[in-house]
Amino acid sequence: MEVATKTQDTNTICKTTEHLSGAEILVRSLIEEEVENIFGYIGGAIMPVYDALYDHQDKLLHYQARHEQGATHAAQAYARISKKPGVCFTTSGPGATNVLTGLADAYLDSTPLVIITGQVASGFLGSDAFQETNMIGLSMPVTKWNFQITKAEEIAEVMAKAFYIARSGRPGPVLIDITKDAQIATADYKYKKCEKIRSYQPTPELDMNQVEAAAELINGAKKPLLLAGQGILLSVAEKELMEFVEKTQIPVACTLLGLSSFPTDHPLYTGMLGMHGNYAPNMNTNECDVLIAIGMRFDDRVTGDTAKYAKQAKIIHIDIDRSEHNKNIKVEVPLLADAKQALTELNKLVSGTKKLEWMQSFKTYSQLEFDKVIKKQAYSDREKINMAEVVRTVSEHTNGEAILCTDVGQHQMTSARYYEFKKTNTQITSGGLGTMGFGLPAAIGAQIGDKDAKVVSISGDGGFQMTLQELAMIRQYNLPVKAIVLNNSFLGMVRQWQDLFFDQRFSCTRLDNPDFVKIVEGYGIQAKRVSKREDLDAAIKEMLELPDAYFLEVVVETESNVLPMIAPGAAVSEMRLE
Amino acid sequence: MKEYTITVFSENNIGLLNEVTIVFSRRKINIESLTVSESEVKGVSRYTIVAYMDEGKVENVVLQIEKIIGVFKALYFEAEEIVHQEVALFKIANSTRLNGNLEAMVRKHGAKILTVSPEFLVIERVGYKAENQELFHELEQYGVLQFARSGRVAVSCLEKDFTSYLKELAEAS
Repeated sequence: MEVATKTQDTNTICKTTEHLSGAEILVRSLIEEEVENIFGYIGGAIMPVYDALYDHQDKLLHYQARHEQGATHAAQAYARISKKPGVCFTTSGPGATNVLTGLADAYLDSTPLVIITGQVASGFLGSDAFQETNMIGLSMPVTKWNFQITKAEEIAEVMAKAFYIARSGRPGPVLIDITKDAQIATADYKYKKCEKIRSYQPTPELDMNQVEAAAELINGAKKPLLLAGQGILLSVAEKELMEFVEKTQIPVACTLLGLSSFPTDHPLYTGMLGMHGNYAPNMNTNECDVLIAIGMRFDDRVTGDTAKYAKQAKIIHIDIDRSEHNKNIKVEVPLLADAKQALTELNKLVSGTKKLEWMQSFKTYSQLEFDKVIKKQAYSDREKINMAEVVRTVSEHTNGEAILCTDVGQHQMTSARYYEFKKTNTQITSGGLGTMGFGLPAAIGAQIGDKDAKVVSISGDGGFQMTLQELAMIRQYNLPVKAIVLNNSFLGMVRQWQDLFFDQRFSCTRLDNPDFVKIVEGYGIQAKRVSKREDLDAAIKEMLELPDAYFLEVVVETESNVLPMIAPGAAVSEMRLE
Repeated sequence: MKEYTITVFSENNIGLLNEVTIVFSRRKINIESLTVSESEVKGVSRYTIVAYMDEGKVENVVLQIEKIIGVFKALYFEAEEIVHQEVALFKIANSTRLNGNLEAMVRKHGAKILTVSPEFLVIERVGYKAENQELFHELEQYGVLQFARSGRVAVSCLEKDFTSYLKELAEAS
């Protein structure tokens, strides 16, 4: 009760100037930025901040990870689900260095984060003091912006700037390193949100000439193809995309991170792009006459050999980051804008009719993929369960409406291929960095970001062991996360490459695994192992129906490869089906 | 590989130089010379960076620099698009060996003598790198105690757009 009154008081007076400790200013800044959930791990150099947090527990919930990397991945998924920057606290030194993987992941995948790391007192900077690390230097290449605070007076302004930068323009992670003396010292406090930085232009002015040029290409196209990237989800442009697609009748393909920006059961949806994507959109990338790429960055996993990528097509590239235009692929019409803004304007200018013959070519390719790959994997008749069967069953029982968090590897590609995303913004995965261990903490963050959602994580046996300590968070905060491990006792994707490109020399990919069910039960979470096909459906059903957290290990076939595949260095149209 | 002169305008913030150089080192591009100093607007730094790189790379490098928060603008130029100079200082032992030779040499090279003391003298030359190098070779016979060369500074032949923007910034602050 006392805590509640205290914060109520502070709220009424925080608009005027107050004299407060740096730690208190930092915590109040978070409340001003409408932060509700924080992920973190306490330690020496951040203790004053945690002490201030103690008085604001009614407004700020702190989730104690078991490793700082887990905290960052949870914050990433939280950000992507809640559409608010994810916030992390860690101490200096090892606590801070443990966030680097999460920062790099968030930087590549454009996820807004505000990470606050404690630092030794300013007098000790550069002296190799206990747990002193140069976090500004270390995080510089993997953050959108970073700043070291050494004075309490700086905190409010820097925090406002941090949130503004993290969420505006192309979102990204920000790291704020704050010395212990700045947390303890006092300063006048008055919060003012940041709305502008003179050397930063996050929202470009739309060039209407480029919009018209794009519309003209689109309206004249006979065989157009639209590539939907994560930019659609980041700018919340799913409705605008749907309007555009229905108006123009242009077939859609999604990048890995663009999945769930467009429903997979729509007649104009043609599948996922890239190395392990679907056959039809990859093959037709090199057949289309106009390629409309929205909020994506022509990653090498999407393009294959860039010298043989869509050479016949006129390319329109809509992206908010100017440095992405012509970076990997030269384009006809670069359109500097966020996806929503561009699509809103384009929708006023575009139209089109059904392209029956063009659509038929997708169907023919899809049928080929079904006959050669999907039938064998998602409806396998081999002795052991195939990963694809598990994903298909989860998809059916959730009606493709659960939030699916995946780790990295074969199971990730299989999930992306076989889960039928019917609801928007329901896939969380590590795209650019490919961080093993991402999936489980991501599921935790996603569940906190949407308490009512059904959240399912799918990991492999390798990645799961990189962050399984975060099961403790699931238990501690009673989160109803459903965690699946597809266990093939191998680092499956690397095994696949060894199989295909290294003469089946399976160097260091076999894993002698522990008893996962016992481990998970040790965390107080209900767990089950399935290895027979006849038990699979019931086990998944049971897992999904249970109101609590649940762990399901499915023992799957080792020898299965994810197909089709664009071999490294090959062109998209050289995708192999077997 | 081509020589490019890159001009960057940024806030005068701690760490920004580091962020700019990371763009080069990440791509394994060596920086031949780098000069940072306050521009005509207070608080705005002007960088002049000389580096060799492939034609296809330079635009990306410049856009990556411009993406850094704190950077106003980054531009790249080829040699004919700029007027550029560097400053060289030569410290030579003062000895009878010099006689009248030095004065002629200084005149020939368009250099000037900055300081003369009983022990040494300092010569300054402003010009292109190659010319300064030439003078260095000629002075070597007298024993050069120290030779210091600044990085390149350059003004472009176009660029008027950004100067007016800088002026607006100055007026706003």
